[in-house]
Amino acid sequence: MKATCWHGKQKVRVENVPDPKILNARDAIVRISSTAICGSDLHLYNGFIPSMEKGDVLGHEFMGEVVEVGRGVETLRAGDRVVVPFPIACGRCSMCKASLFACCENSNPNAVLAEKMWGYSPAGIFGYSHMLGGYAGGQAEYARVPFADVGPIKVPEGLTDEQVLFLSDIFPTGYMGADMCDLKGGEVVAVWGCGPVGQFAIASAKLLGAERIIAIDRFPYRLEMARNRAGATDVLNYEEVDVLEALKEMTGGRGPDACIDAVGMEAHGHGLQYAYDRVKQATMLETDRPLVLREAIRACRNGGVVSVIGVYGGFIDKFPMGTVVNRGLTIRAGQCHVQKYIKPLLDRIERGEIDPSFVITHRMSLEDAPKGYELFLNKLDNCEKVVLKAS
Amino acid sequence: MPVTERIFNGKVATRARQGRDGGAAPRLRPGATARGAVRSPEGRANFLGWFSIGLGLAEIIAPRRLARAIGVRDDDRTQTTMLALGLREIMSGVGILTQPEPTRWVWARVAGDLIDLALMGQSLSAPRRDRDRALGATAALAGVTLVDALTAVQLGRSEGGPSAGGAEAHAGVREEHGVRIAKAITVGCTPEQAYGLWRDLRNLPRFMTHLESVEVTGDRSHWRLKGPAGTHLAWDAELSEDLPNRRLGWRSVPGAGVMNEGLVTFREAPGGRGTEVRLELRYEPPMGGVGTALAKLFKALPSLKIENDLRNFKQLVELGELAHSDASVHLGPHPARPSDDVTLEAASRQLPQV
Repeated sequence: MKATCWHGKQKVRVENVPDPKILNARDAIVRISSTAICGSDLHLYNGFIPSMEKGDVLGHEFMGEVVEVGRGVETLRAGDRVVVPFPIACGRCSMCKASLFACCENSNPNAVLAEKMWGYSPAGIFGYSHMLGGYAGGQAEYARVPFADVGPIKVPEGLTDEQVLFLSDIFPTGYMGADMCDLKGGEVVAVWGCGPVGQFAIASAKLLGAERIIAIDRFPYRLEMARNRAGATDVLNYEEVDVLEALKEMTGGRGPDACIDAVGMEAHGHGLQYAYDRVKQATMLETDRPLVLREAIRACRNGGVVSVIGVYGGFIDKFPMGTVVNRGLTIRAGQCHVQKYIKPLLDRIERGEIDPSFVITHRMSLEDAPKGYELFLNKLDNCEKVVLKAS
Repeated sequence: MPVTERIFNGKVATRARQGRDGGAAPRLRPGATARGAVRSPEGRANFLGWFSIGLGLAEIIAPRRLARAIGVRDDDRTQTTMLALGLREIMSGVGILTQPEPTRWVWARVAGDLIDLALMGQSLSAPRRDRDRALGATAALAGVTLVDALTAVQLGRSEGGPSAGGAEAHAGVREEHGVRIAKAITVGCTPEQAYGLWRDLRNLPRFMTHLESVEVTGDRSHWRLKGPAGTHLAWDAELSEDLPNRRLGWRSVPGAGVMNEGLVTFREAPGGRGTEVRLELRYEPPMGGVGTALAKLFKALPSLKIENDLRNFKQLVELGELAHSDASVHLGPHPARPSDDVTLEAASRQLPQV
């Protein structure tokens, strides 16, 4: 089959690799119809995530048709059309039972690697380094899906691929970002980053009752999408205004009730602070550039919530802990527990409350994946989200 | 130090005792100032410390002259290598002379010696002019390595390290020669179920991947282990402890090729979260003190293996099989992509239903 393979920093190739086989009883093999390039794939593309090996198959946002199931799978059969969550979760360990699927205790065969880095291991993830399992990803024609009786969700024929594909990651991830803000109605929410996850965080904050949503980015086309499609009430271009000052002014001097970091480890910025983090990251003195995280913490109102859904990999520098403690902030974070959110969000799509396809700007065939990475990384041609048709 | 280690580590208790009994021990190590104390390990350690610093300075200040003296080509690459080696020497020298426990720094010297020997070996295999000089230097280096290792072992003993004995010494493994590894995991089953699976020792190879087989005949069991490079180790063991649903211990019988013992305990996890399974293994590597010291140096590897074994046990109980990725199904490193030559030996391991 054809698969998108990682070959080092900013090198991906579509290659012929063997078709996947059933390895465990609860596996399913899925023939992929649609798959997407995620913002977090760019961290791999740029070489910021350790424990990648040349030849790794990329991709963790995919859907398609079940063609084969292992003897332990009773909930699916060949012919079912499914969307596959990006974290791999067994459904039986104490974390899964607590709905913390992205922290599954059994799905990372390389847990000892992750433990060295993070203390304990989270769940395995498709196509996302050996530290997170060494699973082949879904930017391919076929994928092996472990624990197929827990993750994949059947989708009705009435909905198109483009409407449901993002249930695999970015819609639930954005939704969890808003969910962690404990919105009760009437809040002001600021969202850093208007990439696809940021767009869904904005849309979800609206679904969950936020009254004003302020979107922050530097690309006018992304801010425009945030305002016109996702539902932001205000937008800020951080290259034009001082974000902290602007937020203070826009919130009557209080600061936003909740701040969502939908950017993560490769934040951009300007001035001395940005130069400082670029240098520290380039010289391996810190692994992640926490510009957005620092700003979100500084901006948040007293006692507010900072919700982190952008990906961080390792260590950051100059973390404003004094702000967190003295102003009583709550920091919440996590890889998305997709399995927990996927059904209610599918219901919302079916009810017509949201059509996630609004973020798509580029549709290509699987063979064009390298071009897709390049467009997405460099924000060329107003690129927001690339969907690859695999069959 | 994790709680598990604290509980099991007789060494810690012993040290604390020594601290009390010994009163206010002088900060300087015995022999640190005594002239001609090179015979005592402490004195020799001091000598090695100064020797390290001297050699390190020579490597940094006059790398080319030194290279010629030991019969190594004095090119730019050698100069860079020398600089790195010199810094290393000075570090271990300062470490030996200033740190309260010089043992690990002397071990650092041993590790450094091994690197140097490897470099010399590499340089010997290259065509050269000064083969005699290089051979002489290698021989001298080997001698220094021996002195370093001997000093490290002796220092380890006098520091009240592994040789200090302790009330918890088990009969199977002589405490002074033992390597101890303890790991724990929480498994979603009752203590009765977990105990039942371990009590039938024949189940162990299903999740302890280095074990080839365990055969049980009456009170005795015969264990076969996969050694490095296709070798096999085998020994007989007997149960040392059997408290149903709580504790299970075994140890090799006298005369076994590999002296070793194990203890696994089962305890209900708080909040109805299953069973905490804690495994402690002790084993006695060959070659006495040197073997033990080397094994301790490389303890991380078996330690990770044991951790993986416990995770395997958890997966077998909770999932009924071992979870595999496209990479993990291969024995060595493999990219995360499907493959036609998958060995499913490990994937077929299963435990009886619990």
